[in-house]
Parts: sequence; C-alpha cells; structure tokens
Amino acid sequence: MELILSLGIGVLTGSGVWLLLRPRTFQVIVGLSLLSYAVNLFIFSTGGLRTGAPPILEGGRAGTLAMHADPVPQALVLTAIVIGFATTALFLVVLLASRGLTGTDHVDGKEKGR
Amino acid sequence: MPDALPLLIALALPFAGAVAAGLLPTHARNAAAWLAGGVTLVGLAMVWAAYPTVSAGGVLRLTAGWMPSLGLDFSLRMDGFAWLFAGLVFGVGALVVVYARYYMAAEDPVPRFFAFLLAFMGAMAGVVLSGNLVQLAFFWELTSLFSFLLIGYWHHTAAARDGARMALTVTATGGLCLFAGVLILGHIVGSYELDAVLAAGDQIRAHPLYLAALVLILLGALTKSAQFPFHFWLPHAMAAPTPVSAYLHSATLVKAGIFLMARLWPVLAGTEAWFWIVGSAGLATLLLGAYIAIFQHDLKGLLAYSTISHLGLITLLLGLNSELAMVAAIFHVINHATFKASLFMAAGIIDHETGTRDIRRLSGLNRFMPFTARLALIAAGAMAGVPLLNGFLSKEMFFAEALSAKEPLPVFFDVLPVAAMVASAFSVAYSLRFIHGTFFGPDPVDLPHKPHEPPAWMRFPVEVLVLACIVIGILPAATVGPYLDMAARAALGAATPDYSLAVWHGFNLPLIMSMAAFAAGLILYRLLQSHLAKGIDGPPLIRSLEGRRMFERTMVFLSWRLARTAEGLLGTRRLQPQLRLVVTAAVLAGGWTVWTRGVGPGNLAPSGIDPVLALVWLLGAACALGAAWQAKFHRLAALILLGGTGLVVCVTFVWFSAPDLALTQLLVEVVTTILLLLGLRWLPKRMDSPGSRGSEAVTLTRRLRDLGIAAAAGAGMAGLAFGVMTRFPPELLARHFLELAYSEGGGTNVVNVILVDFRGFDTMGEIAVLGVVAMTAYALLRRFRPASDSVDVPEQQRDQSAFDASRPDRKDGDTVADWLFIPSLIARLLFPVILLVALFLLLRGHDLPGGGFAAGLTVAIAMILQYMFGGTQWVEARLRVLPMRWMGIGLLLAAGTGLGAWAAGRPFLTSYFAYSQIPVLGKIPVASALLFDIGVFALVVGATILILIALARQSLRGHRAAAPRPPEVPAVPEPVPTAVGDD
Repeated sequence: MELILSLGIGVLTGSGVWLLLRPRTFQVIVGLSLLSYAVNLFIFSTGGLRTGAPPILEGGRAGTLAMHADPVPQALVLTAIVIGFATTALFLVVLLASRGLTGTDHVDGKEKGR
Repeated sequence: MPDALPLLIALALPFAGAVAAGLLPTHARNAAAWLAGGVTLVGLAMVWAAYPTVSAGGVLRLTAGWMPSLGLDFSLRMDGFAWLFAGLVFGVGALVVVYARYYMAAEDPVPRFFAFLLAFMGAMAGVVLSGNLVQLAFFWELTSLFSFLLIGYWHHTAAARDGARMALTVTATGGLCLFAGVLILGHIVGSYELDAVLAAGDQIRAHPLYLAALVLILLGALTKSAQFPFHFWLPHAMAAPTPVSAYLHSATLVKAGIFLMARLWPVLAGTEAWFWIVGSAGLATLLLGAYIAIFQHDLKGLLAYSTISHLGLITLLLGLNSELAMVAAIFHVINHATFKASLFMAAGIIDHETGTRDIRRLSGLNRFMPFTARLALIAAGAMAGVPLLNGFLSKEMFFAEALSAKEPLPVFFDVLPVAAMVASAFSVAYSLRFIHGTFFGPDPVDLPHKPHEPPAWMRFPVEVLVLACIVIGILPAATVGPYLDMAARAALGAATPDYSLAVWHGFNLPLIMSMAAFAAGLILYRLLQSHLAKGIDGPPLIRSLEGRRMFERTMVFLSWRLARTAEGLLGTRRLQPQLRLVVTAAVLAGGWTVWTRGVGPGNLAPSGIDPVLALVWLLGAACALGAAWQAKFHRLAALILLGGTGLVVCVTFVWFSAPDLALTQLLVEVVTTILLLLGLRWLPKRMDSPGSRGSEAVTLTRRLRDLGIAAAAGAGMAGLAFGVMTRFPPELLARHFLELAYSEGGGTNVVNVILVDFRGFDTMGEIAVLGVVAMTAYALLRRFRPASDSVDVPEQQRDQSAFDASRPDRKDGDTVADWLFIPSLIARLLFPVILLVALFLLLRGHDLPGGGFAAGLTVAIAMILQYMFGGTQWVEARLRVLPMRWMGIGLLLAAGTGLGAWAAGRPFLTSYFAYSQIPVLGKIPVASALLFDIGVFALVVGATILILIALARQSLRGHRAAAPRPPEVPAVPEPVPTAVGDD
C-alpha cells in the first residue's frame, strides 16, 4: 500500500512540476492542482495508512490510536483542500484578467521574443 | 533607587524635549531655543547632581527589567568616567544651543533643528550612561541616525545629503559591527552588564574569540571616531550647520568611539593585537589628518581634518597600552572638546558675518572683528599646543608617552617620538594658517557681506570655552584636576598611575620636542606660503588618495554593479525561470539533506499491495500524466483527466479511513471543475504549429531539462513519502485529541472537533482567507470585460437562434431552454433535496462525517446547478442570492461564537456543549461549536457562490459587449443585474 501511494504521490508531483514549468496559464493552473493533490496526500500519509479506522468515536468513549486513524493530518488536509480551492479560484480569475488585459495566455503576459 | 533618578531624567528629558520641539510651529525659533536650552540645562543639573556620589568613587545605577527572558535589563550606570562624558555632552550642548539660536537663520525650520539636536543629545547620553552593552549599541546606532538627520539638515543641498548618507553608511555599518562584537563579548562573559564585563578582563583576553570581538568592536569605534581608513566621512559631514559640527565633532559623536575604546580599555587593551590595530590606526590618522589639514582652503575643512588628527592622537594614546597614556587620552578629550568647539564656532561666526569660509578669500578680519579674532587666536593656540593653554599640557603628556612607550617592536622607540613631533609641527602649521590666513594680511576684498562682530550672545559660548582653555592651561591641577582624576580612577580602577598635572615640569625632553615642533611648524608654514597662495585643491603627494572616491566606488559597486550582476544572474521578470529556480532549489535542498543525513526505509514493514487500489492508482497516475500531456492543446481533455485524478485521490481518502476528507474533496472537485469550465471559453485557441516558437533543438533541450527537474521532484517526493509512511507516526497530538474530543469537545467526529473546537482559531483564519479570496475575485471581475470568446458560437446554437428569429412568437434562447427543459426541471426539483442534504451534513458534522465546509459546498453546488440549467437571468429573476451577506453573517457568527466564550469568562472560542431532547429529531448534541460550524457554512456558501456567479456573469457581459457596441469604446460600467453583493 505504502509503495502504491508513494509512487502515486511521485507521479502527481512530477506531472504537477512539469506543468508548473510550462508557459501557458492553463497548464500552470492544472499543474498547481495536481501538485496540491500530491501535497495533500503526503500530509495525509504522515499519520500512517489505516484502513477501516476512521476517527469517529463510538458511543462517546475516548478514542485511542489503536482503534482510530490519526485525526490531525486529516484536519490539516481538510483545511488545505478548501484553501487550495480558494487559490485555484483566485488564480483562475487572475488568469482571465491577464488574458483580457494582455491578449495572451502566456504566464508573463506577453509572448516570448515580442 | 532615588539617587539614580537624575540619570533617568538626563536620558529621557532630551528625547521628550525633541518630541516637544518637533511639535512647535516651523518658525518658532525662540521657543525652540528656549526649550532646547532649558532641557540641556536640566540635563546638566542632573549630571551635576550626581557629582557628590560619583566623586566619592561611587557608581550610580538604575536597573529595570527589559527582556528578562534574554537576561537583558535596561540599565543605567554612571561612574566618574561616564560623568565626565555626560558633562561634556550637556555642557558643550548648552553652549551649542545658545550659539545655534543666533547662527540659524530665521527662515530655516529651526524647531526641527533643535528637535534633532535634542534627540542626538539623548542618544549620546544613552551611550555614555548605558550600563549594558546591548543597550549601548542601541544608543550608538541612534547617534548615527540622528547625526545623519543633523548633517542632512539642509537637505536641499546635495552636499548635505551626500555627507549625511556617507556618515550614516560608515558609522551605522560600524555600529552593526560593534553590535556583533558586543554579542561575542557577552557570549564570552555570560552577561552584557558593563560591570560584569569590566570585571572579566583576563577571561576575555584569554578567550579564543577575543580577536573576533576586538576587531568587531574596534570597527565600530574607529568608524565612529573617523580613524584611518574610515576618516573620509568626517570632512563631508561639514555640510552640516556649524553648530552641528561644533557639537558632533568636538565633544560628542566622534568622541563616542573614543569613549567606547576607553571604557573597554581595561578589558580589551594590553595585548599586541590591541596595540597594533589601535596604535597604527591612531598613528596613521594623526599624521594624515594633520598633513591634509594644512592644505584645506575651507575653514571648516581645516578644522575637520585637524579633528581627525587629534582623534588619531587620542586613539594612539589609547593604543599604547599604558595607563599614563590613558590618562593623557582622557585629558586630551576634555581639551580637544573645549578648543575645537570654540574654533568651530569661530569659523561659523566668520562664515555667518562674511558669507564665506574660504581662506583664500578671507584676510585681515582682525580689524573688523577684533574680539572674535582674539578668541580664535587663543583657541588655535591651544590647538597648536602653545604653553599656558590646555592643549599644551596634553601634548606634553603625549610627548612623554611617545618617548617612554614600552612596546613590542623597538623600532617604535624611534618612530613614535619623531611622528609625534612631525604631527605637532603640522598642527602648528595649520593653526597658523587658520589664524594668519583669516585675521591678518590686507583688508578682504569682494566678500559677500561686510564683516563685523557677531551678536554678543553668539560670541558668548566661544568666550566660555576659550576661558576654559586658559584657566585649564594655567591652573590645571586646581581646575580640571579633580574631574580628570575621578574619570581616570573610574576607568582604570586600582591601576590608576600617579601623574602630575603641572605647567612646568622642568627643562626636559618633551619641552625641547615641543619647542622644536614649534620652530618646524613656523618654518613649514613659511615655506608653504607660495604653494598655498596658488589655491590648488587637495594636499600634494596624496591627492589621489581620496577616501570619498573609494567610498563612492564601493557604493556604486555594491548598490549598482553587484546588484545588477546579481539580478542579471539570478533575477528575471519571467515566471518560468523563477519557478524553475524555486523547484530546483527545493529539490536540491531535499537532496542535500538526504545526502548528508542519509535516508532509508523506515522501521515499519510495508503492508501488502491491494490489487484494487493498485488499479485505482494506475488510473490516477495515467490521468495525471494525461493531464500533463494534454494541458496545452486539449484543455477540456486535461480538465476531465484532472477530475479523474481528483476522484482517485478521493477514493484514496475513503480507503484510508478519512471520510471527511473524501467528502470535501469530492465536493471541491465538482466546484473546481465547474469553475475551470467556466473559464475555458476565454482562453485563446491553441494550434500545434511546429517551428513557430523558434528552433526545435532549443525547445527540445528546454523540455528535456524541465522533464529532468519534474522527474527529480517526483522521485524525491515518492521516496520521501515512502520513507515517511514506513515510519511509526508520532502520536503526541493524535492521542490528546482522540482522548479529549468527546469529553471536552462534545463530538465524536474528531476531525470536525479539531476544526471547530480545538483549532477553531485556525479555522476562523481560514474562512477569513476564503472570504478575502472571494472578494478579490469578485473585485477583479467586477469592472472587467473578458477577452472575446475564443470559439465561435457553435453551429447548433446558431441554428437555434435562427429558428427563434424566424418565428415571431419565439424569442432568442427559447429553443435552448426547451432543449434543457428536462434537466432544468430535474435540477429545480433537486434543489430542495440538495439543500436538505446540506443541512443534514451540517448538523451531523460534529459527530459524523460532514460539517460546515462540506455543507457549504453542497449548497453552492445546488445553486450552480440552477444557474447551469435555468440560465443566469432565470435564476436571478427568482432567487436573490446575496453572497456578501452570507459571508458577512458567517464571519460574524464564527467570531461571535468565539466572543461568546468571553461573556462566560472563558478564553476566546472555548466551546460549550450539552445534549438536548428535541421532538422528532431525538437527542441531539447542542454544542456552541455547532454555531461556529454554521458560521463556517455560511461563509463557504457565500464565498463559493460569489466566485462562481462572478465568473458566470462574465459570459453575459461578453455577449452584451460584443453585440451593439464598437469594441474600442471604453467600458462604461453597466448596471449589474440584481447586484451580486452590491447591496
């Protein structure tokens, strides 16, 4: 399991970084999304991979790590997902504004060599 | 400690006075002068009040806690040595205030001048009274700062600005060195308190870091005291008003360096390093300053170089590692302050009354201002070291020390006396030049003003100082003796040597040297007459050795060439290289850590591979790679693939026991995809045209490089993730939260309890960020007209429009509505259902997966469904969504919940919970955290809808803009239909 997930994180990171280095704004926004998946998964995985042990307490008893997955990375990632959504939205708006103002979708606001 | 109160007053009052003076009207010259004079006199009285204690060998102390966690106290300390300097600061300060009142023109903003002067005075008092070295460094930098303001007082002249900047650059840099040195010293001693440091001399000198501390501290002191090779800033500081020069360069600013070296003399001196650094800097400065002074044509320039030379003399004395030389140094500090301040003032009077300071133009002023001429003559005599004046006494002591120096190299036995005599002869020559060139000779011609005596009160400070020169010179032991003795004992302690303060020591070698120097100086001046008459600028032989030019070259190099080169190498305005740099740096940083620290698989055995998950991830990886591949030419495909990856991530969350994450991820995925879909239409169409971007080889190389970086980053992350996952996770926080979630937070969904309760403050910050982002997006799009659509209206839609247009009973858009009738009906029917689901998610969030975030996103999706199928106009005609209001209510609710805890006397955001029996629904938990979560919910609803609607509106606007109006007409803001949050 660990192997699969870490390879998956690696592929997501690689694709994200590749797109991040591309010249078109849409590529960068997709790259950022991919990268944020990877980072979220990574943070999530720091709590260890557990199946069938969600951090939902039963009947109001105090929980233990033996019975439940680590809730801290989950709380962190939940926050990160929402903030990631916000930044994607903001970036999209900036992208559209830049496209409208400069007439190009190049990340620098002008085509290369011009 | 009441008897230490004077210290506090002496320190604080100048700063308070500075603020008060700064608040006076611009031309309140007299008020500002009275204020400054009053403050200075009170300061002087406070210093005097400390005399009884200090003269008995006592030390006044005042300590108050400052940063106890760092072991730092605010501490004032006054012994005899500090008393002497404080007396100079306030005594000369009082005279300078009187002088400045008459010197400054009525049209200058005089209150500002006095404000700076008082603040500088306070900073100087802080330097000499600090009982703590860090505090001393602080006040030290303050003196640099205020001297900068004073030198640049006439900021409309370039010379003042340049001089001020140079002084600040040099002395403040030195101050930073001093601070570093002080930190090392404190590290060696274990305390920054001056008392502790002064008691640890042997420990400091034996420490391996001694040399580092010494060099750094001396860099501070030597820059401040304008010692070679840092002397060049002082002549340029002469662009300041003359009262500033008289104050800064006789008694205060430049003496701060001397003060520091003398203060730390007992702990730092006595080594060869001290001798070589301090001694050689002093010797070089002494000779160089005196030599250059002879050839200055500006009266103040001459005095500036003579100041440099005299400071060199004092520094040299301090460098000799002899207690007697130290006494001579302190004595010369007093003497130099008196005669140099009076000479600066005299030069200022001449400038003020004639309009020039150029010795080449001045002559014969003796007949026009005889009284000033006498005063200047006496002061210059003291500077040259004429017997019966105070300068003579310290010069004799210097000669005696030069003869008896007992130091490392025997060559110094010969060099030092000769150098002393040469410098002395130079000083005779420039003193002669000052007096002879200005006051004697034929009547001056063509002066800007007709020269005359200054107002009596302007001359008064000079008279006082000159009187001091004479009295000290004739009766040293009776006048300055006790104070000098007190200062020397405080600085040297038990090691204070016996010395004799007398005018006549018999017909000895120093006296002969003095006589010889006089003769040499006279002859030198006589010989130089023809050269000086030519009026050539700069001293012969070393004209090219100009500190200013080196300084400027350095500054240009640092601030321009180096910066440009660095910017050229590292900086770019293009995003891609920047990102490349960031990513590469991150990869290298990670790689370096692995390289140095080593890494391997962890202590946990990896669990077995589940084929289903493996398949899911095969899909996920394929989607990610496909998205990366297609993002350029097939955006829609890339977007779909991105969504696929998101779903795989979502499945992974479900798989590994994170239902909350999965839920949120799924909803976010939906919203993000809609958002990007909305944006797609305004992006330009991209066609693959090979060769259009230049050479294929270059493109290929660039891509291969990026591929390498991406592969390295991916491999690194994979390795890192694997390493982390195969280690036993730390459980510190987890255990705590799992145990307390129910008993303290009243919820069984631990993730939600963490978000809305334990870490509620973070969540509040987060929703605030979300709100800010939404409003930014809205603001960016509000007055913005998007680019024209990159694709034509599809054929199908054109056909539909044509059909609508051909029928009189139909209007444009009816056919589309018909086509979308069923989906929109379903969406309409689903609307309440989805809202109910959202409510369900919200209410159960505290105990089961759900919560404010998920519920808010669900509502947003319900809304956007209506927009998609019903059309913007249809929805807005029926449903008034006020996203701004949702956001505001959400934030207020969240913050209000937090504040509610205050009402109950608990810390911010403390939650309260209870179970209550509600009909039909049964027993449900009512926690205050639920209110908080409702706030989160409301904000998420508002923010998400605001962004989505703002984007959706753009398409309306695009159509309207395209239709009737010629495109070059600037966008007149049209009325926004029903207003998204404009209320």
